[in-house]
Amino acid sequence: MGSQGGWGQSKEFLDLVKSIGEARSKAEEDRIILREIDTLKRRIAEPDVPRRKMKEYLIRLVYVEMLGHDASFGYIHAVKMTHDDSLLLKRTGYLAVTLFLNEDHDLIILIVNTIQKDLRSDNYLIVCAALTAVCKLINEETIPAVLPQVVELLGHSKEAVRKKAVLALHRFYQRAPNSVSHLISNFRKRLCDNDPGVMGATLCPLFDLIKEDINSYKDLVVSFVSILKQVAERRLPKTYDYHQMPAPFIQIKLLKILALLGSGDKQASGHMYTILGDIFRKSEPSSNIGNAVLYECICCVSSIFPNPKLLEAAVEATSRFLKSDSHNLKYMGIDALGRLIKINPDIAEEHQLAVIDCLEDPDDTLKRKTFELLYKMTKSSNVEVIVDRMIDYMRSINDNHYKTEIASRCVELAEQFAPSNQWFIQTMNKVFEHAGDLVNVRVAHNLMRLIAEGFGEDDEGADSQLRSSAVDSYLCILGEPKLPSVFLQVICWVLGEYGTTDGKYSASYIIGKLCDVAEAHSTDDTVKAYTISAIMKICAFEIAVGRKVELLPECQSLIDELSASHSTDLQQRAYELQALLGLDSQAVESVMPSDASCEDIEIDKNLSFLDSFVNQSMEKGARPYIPENERSGMFNIGNFRSQYQHEASSHSLRFEAYELPKPSPPPTIPQVVLPLPTTDLVPVPEQTYPRETHHAPNLPSATDASSVDFGVKLRLEGVQRKWGRPTYSSPSASSSSSTQKTANGATHLDGRTVSSQTRDNFYDSRKQQAEVSAEKQKLAASLFGASTAKSEKRQLPTHKTPKGVPTTAEKPAVKGAISSSEPPKEKTVPSSPPPDLLDLGEPTPASTPSIDPFKQLEGLLGPTSAPSAIDHSSAAGPKTPDLMALYTDTPPAAVSSGSLNPELADIYTVNKNSHGTTNVAAMNKGQNRQDSLQKDATARQVGVTPTENNPSLFRDLLG
Amino acid sequence: MAIRFILLVNKQGQTRLAQYYEYLTLEERRALEGEIVRKCLARTEQQCSFVEHRNYKIVYRRYASLFFLVGVDNDEVCPSVLLNELAILEFIHLVVETMDRHFRNVCELDIMFHLETAHFMLEEMVMNGCIVETSKTNILTPIQLMDKAS
Repeated sequence: MGSQGGWGQSKEFLDLVKSIGEARSKAEEDRIILREIDTLKRRIAEPDVPRRKMKEYLIRLVYVEMLGHDASFGYIHAVKMTHDDSLLLKRTGYLAVTLFLNEDHDLIILIVNTIQKDLRSDNYLIVCAALTAVCKLINEETIPAVLPQVVELLGHSKEAVRKKAVLALHRFYQRAPNSVSHLISNFRKRLCDNDPGVMGATLCPLFDLIKEDINSYKDLVVSFVSILKQVAERRLPKTYDYHQMPAPFIQIKLLKILALLGSGDKQASGHMYTILGDIFRKSEPSSNIGNAVLYECICCVSSIFPNPKLLEAAVEATSRFLKSDSHNLKYMGIDALGRLIKINPDIAEEHQLAVIDCLEDPDDTLKRKTFELLYKMTKSSNVEVIVDRMIDYMRSINDNHYKTEIASRCVELAEQFAPSNQWFIQTMNKVFEHAGDLVNVRVAHNLMRLIAEGFGEDDEGADSQLRSSAVDSYLCILGEPKLPSVFLQVICWVLGEYGTTDGKYSASYIIGKLCDVAEAHSTDDTVKAYTISAIMKICAFEIAVGRKVELLPECQSLIDELSASHSTDLQQRAYELQALLGLDSQAVESVMPSDASCEDIEIDKNLSFLDSFVNQSMEKGARPYIPENERSGMFNIGNFRSQYQHEASSHSLRFEAYELPKPSPPPTIPQVVLPLPTTDLVPVPEQTYPRETHHAPNLPSATDASSVDFGVKLRLEGVQRKWGRPTYSSPSASSSSSTQKTANGATHLDGRTVSSQTRDNFYDSRKQQAEVSAEKQKLAASLFGASTAKSEKRQLPTHKTPKGVPTTAEKPAVKGAISSSEPPKEKTVPSSPPPDLLDLGEPTPASTPSIDPFKQLEGLLGPTSAPSAIDHSSAAGPKTPDLMALYTDTPPAAVSSGSLNPELADIYTVNKNSHGTTNVAAMNKGQNRQDSLQKDATARQVGVTPTENNPSLFRDLLG
Repeated sequence: MAIRFILLVNKQGQTRLAQYYEYLTLEERRALEGEIVRKCLARTEQQCSFVEHRNYKIVYRRYASLFFLVGVDNDEVCPSVLLNELAILEFIHLVVETMDRHFRNVCELDIMFHLETAHFMLEEMVMNGCIVETSKTNILTPIQLMDKAS
């Protein structure tokens, strides 16, 4: 078993692993584990279990939990194991504890003492083990117990300890920022550590700190740039290289930090331009890691203060991503494009067809990323196409998490950019129909408000047109089965308010429809409440204009049913409707004024109209009012209970105070704070019927004349209009899209002359475009086409046209331009000598001190492992290229190329052409093959044989 | 950008290693692992190596029968510092290369028989949900010293 010196485990353990490996179903695996739990429970409780044996039991417990079963009976043994003197056993104990317990578990307190002791150990590996445990187990309360020791260890002579101490401090910062706020300066110090590992690890806490407070770290920009420069110039030890890239993961972290620091800061960004240009130039587009660094560079460039040269390089890299065959790169390209268009929206046009390909790709991940991009580039000219696409996609998926997200995005875009009322209503209908139960209730309230208010201002005709079109469409939709509750509420409300307004539909027709709704949704009290209120409104409007209302039989039975309802709210509404039917037209009109939903209700918060009543009562000896916060809970309850006792029989009451009206959600609808003790209205919990509540004050006047005093007045201030202005008329949108049909990429090339001839010329010259189907082009045109409003912006690319046209042909020229302009750049940037501490030194001196300790270690390791440690630096030949060769962008090669058992691999190959790879791999790794055979032999000895059930067990991961 | 979990799952959906960097209950883990594996198994080689799942973005890579999955935060609180999926993908490969150097031609069984060693490697590479060490020598030295000592 390689460097592990054979199978040091017991037969029992090997059998367990073997049987788990061979389990063919989850059920079988569960049976094995349940049996194992029984065994372990017996064994672990035996007296005097040898320590080695106990370690194995712990690993078996880890298996039990990993496979989804409870192993809490053994937790205490893991805790005990952390006391052990042996490093391996101690670390295994810590590992088991971190895997089993979360930091708030009761047993943690037993470990704190051990950790404290281990932090003081002379063996730095024990200190490291303890620090690793600190990161996972110490919670806010126990931080003070270890904090002084951790701070002390920041200055430890071993770099591994310093690194872990930095991370422990980082963990404390994550858990409780205040506990270490006075120690933040330590992170700055450690950034200058001689050891690159410590420096690299320190970037993690610094990144978090900078994210929170960018301005306090502006002084570090020069340091970060200088570190990045040294990393890019390969001054770090070779062990950090990955696929020939110098410390790419550190580069990426640094680029992320620079992106933060340079955001919107011209001066800070100025320091970064040179090094970013260097990284672009040195980039390695053939490897994944090279592209990862490149992508991070693009992100950085798009975040910092724009620099034209760098942007050009970023655009070029992005377009290479988008043109790639790899889906991963396309994905990164779409993301990068989304960042770049924030700086210059015209960049997208060149890639429109690539974007549409991604949009139509069957790969869901790519599709969603593309929707994200479209969301970012939505404007009034393309909103219709984009939202339509989004809704289509929303319809096709089942994932509620994402459905909710895309639905809210649709609503947001529709609210912002809607070209017309009709379109908005239609769109909202679709969103509600397909994701109704997932959208926020607020969206429904917004929609009702919009229909009620229309576009306000002068155009009353358009408003009423909007309402009748809403009524028309809702009457249509009502025929469909299974509408979401929220949507039905909107429909009922609109039908109640405006169903009969334009005279197109008779009152009895609408009432009939509403009764159908109530009948079809007999379990949904909210919907029923909305229907009965809507019916009441329609009846009221009829009576007010002097028509006689004759209730349909189904309506009468609905009222009867609701009057006997268990819901007091429904009962109330039903009784009110009945009472209203008995009133004369004048009374009805004042109770239920037509189209009064927009009118605001003035709230007399002091309830001054009650003053005389209060005084009267006081004179009669009533106790004065005690503010809520001054009375005890019992008194409070008693007070309410006497009021509502008769209703409380079947329902429990909310005894806590009702929430105050929230000011933000529907700003136009001030909630009526009902003076509870004085009206006999049942207060409606706010979140259930927020829209309806403001009708409530009108109702009681039927029974309680005093409530007219509430006063109904208009109040329009503070009414926020989220809505796009009606200026975007649909004709302009359609005309622009028709011109863009042919324009396509050509508009990008020359925005000023959009005459049809030049367009055609360009069109012909671009063969690539000609091959694309007309349908896609149409889509592209409608998505990317420029609206007339954007013509000024268009000026930008026209300046660039000379460079922009030959994007592919003249790449070298562009590159040349960058490099030729670079030297003067360097002169201008004040290249202040990097601080001594930060300078990781010349390549040779830097590597010797950092390698020195390892040399010692290698001495410890003995001759066998020494070569492998040197491998990467001197003899990088055999191993690294081998990995590189196998590790290509096409995973299939790696998938099934098992060098271990060629025949087996052959039988179970997933990929046909893998056989060739297999042989190549086997030949390349002559030595490894021998290893594998040995491994195989040992495996057979132990009794684990590759069978049809577990062929994969023996397939090498790397092939 | 924080790593939330690292999972090794074989193509039968059996967990081979699980390391979480946030606390989830046993039931939550079980459910999450099942859902993710189902999602990833349904994907083809040509598709992206990234999948969204609930509030995670999952970057995965398949080696022979074993899937390596890394779950990363997917909340867009700070859109300027979104994750670099490609870098995570390469990080997975770094993990595999490191294991390969230690176990010499690593296979699923190596990880199963030496689960704790595999965990120790991850402990060196990832802490607090961040990638903290990428030098194979630095990662493996403490582990080799420990083996030597015991």
